[in-house]
Amino acid sequence: MNYLSKEKGLLSWLLTGDHKRIAILYLISITFFFFIGGALAGLIRLELLTPQPDLMAADTYNKVFSMHGIIMVFLFLVPSVPATIGNFCLPMMVGAKDLALPKINLLSWYLYVAAGVLMLYTMIAGGVDTGWTFTTPLSTHYLNSHVISAGMAAFIAGFSSIFTGLNFIVTTHKMRAPGMTWFRLPLFVWSHYAASILMILGTPVLAISLVLIMLERVAGIGVFDPAKGGDPLLFQHLFWFYSHPAVYIMILPGMGVISEVVSTFARKRVFGYTAVAFSSVAIAVFAFFVWEHHMFIMGVSNYSTLVFSLLTMLVAVPSAIKIFNWTFTLYQGSITFETPMLYAFGFMGLFTIGGLTGVFLGTTGADIHLTETYFIVAHFHFVMVGGMLMAFLSGIHFWWPKMTGRMYPEKISQLAALITFLGFNLTFFPQFILGMMGMPRRYAAYPPEFQTLNVFSTAGATVLGVGYLLPILYLTWSLKYGEIAGGNPWQATGLEWQTQSPPLTENFPEIPIMDHEAYDYEWLERQREKEVPSVG
Amino acid sequence: MSDSQVIVHGAEKAGHHEHPSYQRHHFETTAQQFDATNFAMWIFLLTEIMFFGGLFMAYLIFRNWYYPAFVEGSHQLSMFWGTMNTTVLIVSSFTMAMGVWCAEKKLKNGLVWSLILTFLLGLGFLGIKSIEWTEKVEKHHVPGFHYSIQAFTNPASDPEVYKEYHDNPLPPDMAAHTQVYFFLYFAMTGMHALHMVIGVGILAVMIFLARAGAYTNGHFTFVENFGLYWHFVDIIWIFLYPLLYLISRHT
Repeated sequence: MNYLSKEKGLLSWLLTGDHKRIAILYLISITFFFFIGGALAGLIRLELLTPQPDLMAADTYNKVFSMHGIIMVFLFLVPSVPATIGNFCLPMMVGAKDLALPKINLLSWYLYVAAGVLMLYTMIAGGVDTGWTFTTPLSTHYLNSHVISAGMAAFIAGFSSIFTGLNFIVTTHKMRAPGMTWFRLPLFVWSHYAASILMILGTPVLAISLVLIMLERVAGIGVFDPAKGGDPLLFQHLFWFYSHPAVYIMILPGMGVISEVVSTFARKRVFGYTAVAFSSVAIAVFAFFVWEHHMFIMGVSNYSTLVFSLLTMLVAVPSAIKIFNWTFTLYQGSITFETPMLYAFGFMGLFTIGGLTGVFLGTTGADIHLTETYFIVAHFHFVMVGGMLMAFLSGIHFWWPKMTGRMYPEKISQLAALITFLGFNLTFFPQFILGMMGMPRRYAAYPPEFQTLNVFSTAGATVLGVGYLLPILYLTWSLKYGEIAGGNPWQATGLEWQTQSPPLTENFPEIPIMDHEAYDYEWLERQREKEVPSVG
Repeated sequence: MSDSQVIVHGAEKAGHHEHPSYQRHHFETTAQQFDATNFAMWIFLLTEIMFFGGLFMAYLIFRNWYYPAFVEGSHQLSMFWGTMNTTVLIVSSFTMAMGVWCAEKKLKNGLVWSLILTFLLGLGFLGIKSIEWTEKVEKHHVPGFHYSIQAFTNPASDPEVYKEYHDNPLPPDMAAHTQVYFFLYFAMTGMHALHMVIGVGILAVMIFLARAGAYTNGHFTFVENFGLYWHFVDIIWIFLYPLLYLISRHT
């Protein structure tokens, strides 16, 4: 008996309050939108194979990259790790039977679905061509595409993520098991807590700016339209006040996954646990004070530019603390190379490149040259795809035995991890060079001298596509034919591994008592020694 | 916060199976349930503050840019109705607070009457708001819908306001910016009114449940949390009222 087999029928899923079932619902729906967003990315790369806009007209291209960005950001990256793996694991990691507010959790999924349906409607009705940033007055005055429905979809998706964040914060504060003090929490929980703070404080600001855009379109008033006395910079401030923290909403949960995976497969307590925990909180705090680095070329004051440039460099410090601590965790560890660990290695390398190029871009002089070029595109894809998506895949493989009770096939998944890594680098590394050479983003056409590198990039995207399709196939296969996993196949220390796989509906036969520190592998050894006589 | 939680868990371990019917399965104790849902409400209100924060930010900027338009725009608002509404809302917060107290003390009749009074005062607020909005429609002061700047380029054409404030005529471009003022007026009071409508709707359901005794059996979390929401909506108005109606009215 487990959470999957306890109740049968579609209705038992659609009306469930169980965080694990909601996580599965989320997993299915975000995978769906990931492949839609991915197909759009494929179209973009196909168009850019040749210098002329021959596959589609320029305005179609605008719609394709806008929909790619909006779908990937709001319907995949923001909910990816928190709503699936976080939803599944966080209550178990703190030793609770469920999230504090199960109905709100289900509501959050329904809001996500509503947002998804609205987004699909937008796409079928003709799409939107504002870019994912809804830049005004382009979005409010000049375009006749479906800005209102796309904005509404992002608005609703925002509330879905607010409710997830709210639930995580309350659960972490109020639902911890006896003995589970703050500094015994897995780092996964710390990073989700930090991301949740960003969700609840940042997302409403995006919501209100989208409301103002919709009202401005309906009433024709210039809050953001300079021709009518509005202030386009105000929109940029409001939008990036959310959307900069949003990149940390996307990356922090991924960092949580990496902490768990690196510790488990190096068989060592995470080096500098406290530093890693507080660096998550530091990222959450700093994240709110760097938004203007998206606006350096928009005519903001030079003095504020200076301050925001400095703050941008400071936000790299807590991220670097994490990278260094993971590296020290590896030092003298008993490292094994299972698939989650391979993805984690991918994350550490690619995220470091993505993060460092972020520092280049935070430097005002370099930013003026590089912004609005493919350097930006490469930078955030290194962080979001090379970082977050790697972490997501790492986490999915890591917790797959817990979620389904079955092991994924190891050899082919290691191959998939390798293909993803190679394909990723082939796709996005050339874009750094293209950006340095000055190729602007968001155009369907480009000068012929850029073609060679663009061909590399498109070829890489094909390889990357194979890397993403493989897991879908073998993970589905493993649902039926995978090896039975057992409760703790990785010999990991988290509380979620100390119960059966798949877990019971209420997670534990009885509420566990946390009597040891996090990542205490000696404790795990002692537990196993205790078990041996009872079996015999 | 952290350590007390651990103690609550441990202390309850003995009496594991004797739960009151309103305790949800995933909580260990009713105290934990109350704590968690109450805390969640506070976090939600934090989100709401940030939501309105964007509007306040926009107001701040445009007030600095288009100061004369904002002053003359505010002259078009009725001091009488604005003050009435503030009073109505503050009294409703009092009746709501009484309701929470009654629920805590298990006074069913007191709770029902407090909720009914709060409900009526909430409706009263929305009624007064609709009177004010209707006036704006009649005067063509709804941005985007036949907006007229006549009252600002030629204040004497609006004798009722003119005899009180003797406004100077605004140049046409500044007069056009009164649209921004009224846009923000409608956006801010509209968002506030939306929260009121939701609140009044929930109150209507609560009255029936309270009559059935749902909140006077010791489980008053919902009343307490709704009270927080209601007071929050009240506090938003306490900021909107001076910003839109009061400040710089006589300069």
